[in-house]
Amino acid sequence: MSEPLLEIRDLHVNLPTGADRIHAVEAVNLSLAPDEILCVVGESGSGKSLTARAVMGLLPERVRATQGEIRFLGEDLLQVSEARMRAIRGDRISMIFQEPMTALNPLMTVGQQIDEVLKIHSDLSRRARRARIVELFQEVQLPDPEQLVDSYPHQLSGGQRQRAMIAMALSLEPQLLIADEPTTALDVTTQAQILKLIRELQARHHTGVLFITHDFGVVAEIADRVAVMQHGRLVETGSASEVLHHPRERYTRELLAAVPSLTPRPPRVTDGETVLDAKAVVKTFRVGSGLFGGGRVVPAVKQVSLALKRGETLGVVGESGSGKSTLARCLIRLLDADDGRIMLGDTDLRPLTARQLKPHRRRMQMIFQDPYSSLNPRYTVGRLISEGPITNGVAVADARSRARELLELVGLEARAAERYPHEFSGGQRQRIGIARALALQPEILVADEPVSALDVSVQAQVLALLADIRERFQLSMLFITHDLRVAAQVCDRIAVMRHGEVVEHGPTAEVFANPQHEYTRQLFAAVPGRDWQHHEPLPARVASP
Amino acid sequence: MNSLMAFWRRFRRNRSAVLGLVILALVILMALAAPLLYPEDPFRLAGRPLTPPFSGDFLLGSDTLGRDVAAGIAHGAKTSLLIGLLATVVAVVIGVLMGGLAGYYGGWIDDLLMRVTEIFQTIPSFVFAILLVAILKPSIQSIVIAIAVVSWPAVARLVRGEFLSLRSREFVQACVGMGMHDGRIIFAQILPNCLSPIIVASSLMVATAILIESAMAFLGLGDPNVMSWGFLIGAGRTVLRSAWWVCAFPGIAILLTVLAINLVGEGLNDALNPRLREHA
Repeated sequence: MSEPLLEIRDLHVNLPTGADRIHAVEAVNLSLAPDEILCVVGESGSGKSLTARAVMGLLPERVRATQGEIRFLGEDLLQVSEARMRAIRGDRISMIFQEPMTALNPLMTVGQQIDEVLKIHSDLSRRARRARIVELFQEVQLPDPEQLVDSYPHQLSGGQRQRAMIAMALSLEPQLLIADEPTTALDVTTQAQILKLIRELQARHHTGVLFITHDFGVVAEIADRVAVMQHGRLVETGSASEVLHHPRERYTRELLAAVPSLTPRPPRVTDGETVLDAKAVVKTFRVGSGLFGGGRVVPAVKQVSLALKRGETLGVVGESGSGKSTLARCLIRLLDADDGRIMLGDTDLRPLTARQLKPHRRRMQMIFQDPYSSLNPRYTVGRLISEGPITNGVAVADARSRARELLELVGLEARAAERYPHEFSGGQRQRIGIARALALQPEILVADEPVSALDVSVQAQVLALLADIRERFQLSMLFITHDLRVAAQVCDRIAVMRHGEVVEHGPTAEVFANPQHEYTRQLFAAVPGRDWQHHEPLPARVASP
Repeated sequence: MNSLMAFWRRFRRNRSAVLGLVILALVILMALAAPLLYPEDPFRLAGRPLTPPFSGDFLLGSDTLGRDVAAGIAHGAKTSLLIGLLATVVAVVIGVLMGGLAGYYGGWIDDLLMRVTEIFQTIPSFVFAILLVAILKPSIQSIVIAIAVVSWPAVARLVRGEFLSLRSREFVQACVGMGMHDGRIIFAQILPNCLSPIIVASSLMVATAILIESAMAFLGLGDPNVMSWGFLIGAGRTVLRSAWWVCAFPGIAILLTVLAINLVGEGLNDALNPRLREHA
């Protein structure tokens, strides 16, 4: 084996005093050979990102590498001067980030930004630099490179921006590329293209890639070797096939088991009556219209019809901008649809005034995506949960005691009622959000990406809780998600949306086994790690994390 | 209670804010103690005109009519603080209502309320305040109204911005989804979440209000029956070169008070604003 490109020995990174632990990274040993992709995988707080940033010398203020060494081609990056580090950064090591929109300067064209890198690190003429940029854009397969060079970041799509970032990172032919969750902010089809691109470029240039991710599907797609991290420590390292198929450590096995399988769960018998029937729902947004009209018209939902039966879970699957969240918000009247009928039982909700709507509000409740913004930080959890029933006329004392029962039902302690949202983790907050929705004893739950902000192990627990609750209260559920793995495990039927239309719908097993629409097939093909399947079934735990 | 302690710890870190708080406390103490220290009417002609300070009967000298400057400052403190506080309260109430409604409902309500706000902002505020007092006849009420009328647009803009960003938060949508009234959502759910910037802005507004009041009193538009710092300076401006103390001491009082309030405001900003907290 050749000499490693990057070798991290006994790395310790300290958090500022007052943080919940001393070390963000503790005694981590990693090595990366040239021409190899090493995936560092872990949940939030595992220290994977800080490890990557330590290599780049880009640790946040007051966070310091205190012990160990980071050898890059024999040179210890923790010891070199800032000037030397600057020369290495960009030239020999470069980085791509999660969010290309914030990593690019919005006031400069993408061409200018790459030009700056070339100007600093090379002595090419202006004309040669431009030729090089166009060549780079061709290499990252950006369409119409000559024109895109002069575009501003906001004029590019998310995938194009990430390609431009990759072009910038590769502009000086670095030996080491650090990719920090580079596809997390992208849609699944775009993600598949970017992963393929990184793989191809890596093979062509023999770059060493340190790839940070939380997604085992992505790991299966791209990794040569894998390092699993937890709480700042290295759990295990090994080749991709070893770790993915024969994990040694218990934590790795648990993580792998928590990744939802792409094989749909057995369908349940649902022959209940229809509880929610949406017919030809239309919602159009007007963007940027001022006092004198004008503006752009964006059709978000076009003539969508859906029916939800009692006790059934209907998945609405789609990429960002497909209109799935807008549709959900129209159905529960957080947004007013422009046209169509929204039949909840025998009542059409769409034409009702706010006053007429109020008695029907409690029948449909929503679970939100972001566990941090969905709970008012100013109130105790008990008050948050009891607010709905109190609004609907339940006595305060009854609502409060019911809130405590609900907290126990969702796997938290009744004592949690006296605490504030910020004292809970993301998964616990999502449980609180579920308790709040249940407090109104709804017939229908509308869950908008309820687990996509959560770590994979927490995700499995929240999904198990949702399944349990649905069974226990015979709830119908509308489940919005972009994640086909989650959809496979949760939904009885799915509807695939694109550009505001349902392109395909049917029982989950049928759609998965035999997708009819071209777009559905593309979606399935893009799921990262679709060929890799872990064997252990999803554990049916409802325990609190 | 706990969060109050944590807040105090953060506030205490800013030394100059604590200094401001001390000065402000002294000024308030002086205002409260004025009737005890100088039980007589401050307009009373107490002795020989234009007595220099630190000599004879008067600690800080006397003015052209023989009124005690020190008594004037002590009694004027109450007026200045009262006007500053009242005007700010009125401005904040109007601003929160306008900004909150505009930010929460958006659409044509937002357009309408913000155009009205802009009309107020286009008129130079001091000239506008003078005009209002001149029309309404100088009195404490009319000065408070005038200052509030020129101050609320800034609050409205601030509150509108906060409401715009908070309205789209999921916890607000959850409240809409459970059938809560708009009024309760605006006042019980969203407003508590934007109190910090409002408190900071209004603390600075108190300082501005005191300055406006003093400037108006200087121009002779103060309440003629109430002693204030601006009135004292106005009374002394004709003898500025021969009897500096008549203007200087009330001027120092204004300077110190406004400075103290600004320091406290800055301290509040540091302690309440979580984004700045990281850099503290």
